[in-house]
Amino acid sequence: MSLLEGILLALNQIRAQKLKSFFAVLGVIIGTMFLITVVSVVEGMNRYMEEDFAGAIYGLNTITLSREPEISFSSDPDVYREYRRRPRITFQDADAIRAGLTVPALVAVESYSGGNMVSELGIEIENVWLTGASADLLRIRDMDIEQGRGFTAPEDRAGVPVIVLGAETASTLFGSLDPIGRSVKVRGATFRVIGVMKKQGSLFGMSMDNRALAPARSPMGRLVNPQGIVDRVLVKPFETDDMAQAQIDIEAIMRVRHKLRGAEDNDFAIETAAESMSFWENIRKILMIAFPGLVSIALVVGGIVIMNIMLVSVTERTREIGIRKALGARRRDIHVQVLVESATLSLLGALLGIAVGVVLAQIVQALSPLPAAIAPVWMGVSVMMGVSVGVIAGLYPAARAARLDPVVALRAE
Amino acid sequence: MSTPVIRTQGLTKEYVLGAETVRALRDVDLTIERNEYIAIMGPSGSGKSTFMNLIGCLDTPTAGQYWLDGTPVSGLVDDELARIRNHYIGFVFQTFNLLPRATALHNVELPLIYAGISKKERIERAVDVLEKVGLGDRMEHKPSELSGGQRQRVAVARALVNRPSLLLADEPTGNLDSKTSTDIMALFDELHAGGQTIMVVTHEHDIALHAHRTVTLRDGIIETDVTNDRALAAAGSAPAR
Ligand SMILES: Nc1ncnc2c1ncn2[C@@H]1O[C@H](COP(=O)(O)OP(=O)(O)OP(=O)(O)O)[C@@H](O)[C@H]1O
Ligand SMILES: [Mg+2]
Repeated sequence: MSLLEGILLALNQIRAQKLKSFFAVLGVIIGTMFLITVVSVVEGMNRYMEEDFAGAIYGLNTITLSREPEISFSSDPDVYREYRRRPRITFQDADAIRAGLTVPALVAVESYSGGNMVSELGIEIENVWLTGASADLLRIRDMDIEQGRGFTAPEDRAGVPVIVLGAETASTLFGSLDPIGRSVKVRGATFRVIGVMKKQGSLFGMSMDNRALAPARSPMGRLVNPQGIVDRVLVKPFETDDMAQAQIDIEAIMRVRHKLRGAEDNDFAIETAAESMSFWENIRKILMIAFPGLVSIALVVGGIVIMNIMLVSVTERTREIGIRKALGARRRDIHVQVLVESATLSLLGALLGIAVGVVLAQIVQALSPLPAAIAPVWMGVSVMMGVSVGVIAGLYPAARAARLDPVVALRAE
Repeated sequence: MSTPVIRTQGLTKEYVLGAETVRALRDVDLTIERNEYIAIMGPSGSGKSTFMNLIGCLDTPTAGQYWLDGTPVSGLVDDELARIRNHYIGFVFQTFNLLPRATALHNVELPLIYAGISKKERIERAVDVLEKVGLGDRMEHKPSELSGGQRQRVAVARALVNRPSLLLADEPTGNLDSKTSTDIMALFDELHAGGQTIMVVTHEHDIALHAHRTVTLRDGIIETDVTNDRALAAAGSAPAR
């Protein structure tokens, strides 16, 4: 009997017992579906991280100096205790870097905080993303001004209370009125609106447009951080090739300023978008290692179910097997027949699982900010897993069937 | 004289049930020549089916020798017996033993599948033999769509499709009414006339009368072995023994 005939025979058998077959492969369907969905979302996340996220947090070709890493997933409380003991980053640090860099670069300080804002019309917004920064931050972070202008370096140095609003903040506070020249209040300090940023959309479902930006040395600096302290210093070399040298410079300058000796670890964090990607790479690796484990469990359970159903099926068909053996089927023939049936069954389950997984990934993409990208490799992997699970699950039932004594089997009811 | 189709010597089959040993067949010596038509009779439990299963290579004897077409087969193992069954034996069972979900054609095709014959030749031969048993117009029917007699004719066609040295039938008419039984036995007569060697296990005398020789078993021993004069007379020839 050829393999094709074997598969056709198996399909016949499966068609004759649709519901039972469906339940037999439910485990495989779920395992495969799970695999395809999660892999799609992880792959989608990966693209998203590469294309949007890292750039948005760190800025492209930008070096970030801060007290502690921007994102940290360590579970060790000692690590965080050590972060707390570190000295804060200051305006003086930024000035020292600006003076000591050996490559041409933009240098800016930046501090964030959330806070309420009231317009001169008496309208209040809660939890505006407030930033105190140097004038060059607009250039480093590629923030485009839609209307009016950004603040200047002299304005920052003098601490002039001017402010640039996010698109959403401006429209909420002033509606259709022109916000330029009007005033807003943040915790009692008054700022004059000089510009409105271009709409930026959202990151992970969070609006990037409900924000305000003012000079770090204006009252805003004090509102978001203690006097003289900043969250981070951003350095963007004019030439991408200078990134490495700039990082070396910053590290050397900061080690001198913090009086660190040769063997002592840095008590500050220097990060780039590329590093954040390596961090994401690590998460992805862990996911990709841990996840197949979960899928394997589903497949093992699925395999056990298939094995049991095949055992039942073989028992129910004892007479058929007896007939086949009486007519000349060898052990191998029966063995192959049962294995092909089991593999075909499991393969159908895997195909179904892939289909459902693809649909689920699309639904996740439609309903959440998580993107999905389906890698054909993983479909191939799923198909192969389906067949393997079927073959392995079929081994024992096949051996049982093949060993049946024809006389005994023919007597079975 | 050519080699006998079957020769047994001291063929014995015992079943051990706990402390008790059932001796289903004891020291059976029997020779069946080519183109013989032999009936095996005897009361229930006398060992007829046991004997037929041994002759048909479905089962292995506890002791004794058995040659099929001159080849010793009593010592063969599972897969070798499967090959012998496939090439030399045609079975017709009381309960037909057709695959319920397969068409008549596919049922008849089965032995040829395991003989490794190409699809094209399989179909040709299966169609051929189905036409021979008068089922040319029922080939795509499933067993449930056929009458008892038609089912048994499918079973006969399946037994013949591999051109066996020996056609074995264990109570082939046991599940059929008398009219249909007569039809099946007429088919056997015809096959015998065409040169087929046939062994039929039966309870019924009028079935046995179709055969030319009747072997009667009792408690696993051959009690009588007689030529059936009436059947021989009907066939109009003398026994070749
Ligand atoms: N698998 C078995 N295990 C134990 N004893 C068996 C087995 N098969 C047959 N026997 C015994 O062997 C003896 C002969 O059985 P067999 O089936 O050959 O009889 P039979 O002549 O075909 O009877 P019937 O006319 O009822 O079909 C019986 O006593 C039976 O109980
Ligand atoms: Mg019997």
